Amino acid sequence: MIEAYLSLLVKSIFLENMALSFFLGMCTFLAVSKNLDTAKGLGVAVVVVQTITVPVNNILYQYIFKEGVLANYGFDNINIGFISLVVYIGVIAGIVQILEMVLDRFFPKLYNALGIFLPLITVNCAILGGTLFMAQRGYSFGESVVYGFGSGFGWALAIVGLAGIREKMRYSDVPRGLEGLGIVFIAAGIMAVAFMIFSGIQL
Amino acid sequence: MKRFLDKIAPHFHKGGKYERFFPIFEMVDTFIYDPLLKTTGKTHIRDGLDLKRTMIIVFFAILPAAIFGIYNVGYQANSIIVNSKIAVGGFRGFFIDLIGSGYDPNSILSNFIHGLSYFLPLYIVTLVVGGFWEVLFAVVRKHEVAEAFLVTSLLYPLILPPTVPLWQAAVALSIGLVFGKEVFGGTGKNFINPALFSRAILFFSYPQAITGNNVWVAVDGYSKATPLSAFSEKGFDFGYTFMDGLWGFIPGSIGETSAVLCLVGALILVITGVGSWRVMVGMFLGMGITTYIFNIIGSDTNNMFNIPFYYHFVFGGFMFGLAFMITDPVSSSMTNGGKLVYGGVVGFMNALVRVVNPAFPEGTMLAILFGNIFAPFIDSFFINYYIKKREKRYERV
Repeated sequence: MIEAYLSLLVKSIFLENMALSFFLGMCTFLAVSKNLDTAKGLGVAVVVVQTITVPVNNILYQYIFKEGVLANYGFDNINIGFISLVVYIGVIAGIVQILEMVLDRFFPKLYNALGIFLPLITVNCAILGGTLFMAQRGYSFGESVVYGFGSGFGWALAIVGLAGIREKMRYSDVPRGLEGLGIVFIAAGIMAVAFMIFSGIQL
Repeated sequence: MKRFLDKIAPHFHKGGKYERFFPIFEMVDTFIYDPLLKTTGKTHIRDGLDLKRTMIIVFFAILPAAIFGIYNVGYQANSIIVNSKIAVGGFRGFFIDLIGSGYDPNSILSNFIHGLSYFLPLYIVTLVVGGFWEVLFAVVRKHEVAEAFLVTSLLYPLILPPTVPLWQAAVALSIGLVFGKEVFGGTGKNFINPALFSRAILFFSYPQAITGNNVWVAVDGYSKATPLSAFSEKGFDFGYTFMDGLWGFIPGSIGETSAVLCLVGALILVITGVGSWRVMVGMFLGMGITTYIFNIIGSDTNNMFNIPFYYHFVFGGFMFGLAFMITDPVSSSMTNGGKLVYGGVVGFMNALVRVVNPAFPEGTMLAILFGNIFAPFIDSFFINYYIKKREKRYERV
């Protein structure tokens, strides 16, 4: 049991890294990695939101959207899976909103540190991607908690790594045509190669 | 020679006929004689220690491991050939027949020449390809040719198996050098070790050339596993002892087999101050502690859990990575505390890959690449910590 969870965790952090192997959440990944401190803030925010939204959506999936589940409530031959996408987005947006209010009320320091990034996360495709992968693979509740944390943590690891590299790259002498985002894409590609360290592993 | 260089020098300086090729001229001139740029004015420290001398020290530190590696390639191949009488074909067989050294595993000369017939083509290809890109970028972008490429191109063949096809090695090296180093502005401005990155490219692009059991002994169609993958299959009767790994008469990548000679290289680097002992200690501890924990956990299905932790130090690429790869000052962490942690992270990842991932029993190089990525991030923690510490000290005063 624990071994299965552990391998799922390693898989979601390294093997199926949201940013570096699925290239999800690229927009924020590239835009916010200019500065290490903001990258850390965003990373923490993603981990928190992902760990909450994936399990919540998992409950919805298991009891409402899964094919044939509605038969338990007396609705045979009815499958409302087609609106699941909209509902997931709504749930994510709602949870982020509530989280923002809670943080503002009880943890003002953390709230100020996260700043604009919390609302930004609502439109981060890595977050929605995590939920959709969970639904596609039919994770159980426990698995969804692990997967939510792991995928968020993997994304956070990638963005702080890239932010560190970009701070170091200020001293680089980049050809004119590659300045700015071009060289960042190359750096992200190199990171993706390094994250393949666990590829080929059977989990 | 000096007179000749001085005579043609004006052509390469500003306004001369061959101004564009100044970097090439500069490379030849300073490699043989003094650097053109010297410290002028009243500086406090006068020392000739520049990148060039550092790189030359590294070069000599690698040399013992490299020479033994060449010998070992020949030894491994010859001891198979003597029993099985497999003929050595191609240009290698032609040259060995020409020299007439034969295939006797007991003769040092024969082993050495046979090994050389594998190492030399690989080394020449690496030098030509690496030199080509370095000079091309230096000429176009008008910076100096850095001697680091000499070290890179010595390290690169040493971490490859002897039988790797030359064109594959050249392609991987081109991609690794251009995207891993040159686009960032050349030596000192990159964030990963270009030799390691090239190997990773080779690893993922042409896996059959660099993994499996067929590549480690330089005889056609003969398969022999490296000690680590043998252990992962068979467990304790894998046919090698601790001392085998220590001295290095085992199949493996060209330069990686002898732990003792890598250690000698590491000592040279530490004594001359070129390599950081903190990184080495960090990696050693990271590897040792992690594998010791795996020993305690144990496993019935995965043999690698049970391999004694001190075996990890002498088999595979660990010692070579510890001595020459992780100490690369460009791609490792810069702060003192960061160096320890960086080494620890690499050691930990190395142990994890070796034990958990049966596909790559030789995970050292990938683990170091992974560490390179996070070196700046680790640094940032320590920089903030030092800043805070100083602020506190300041307030007290």
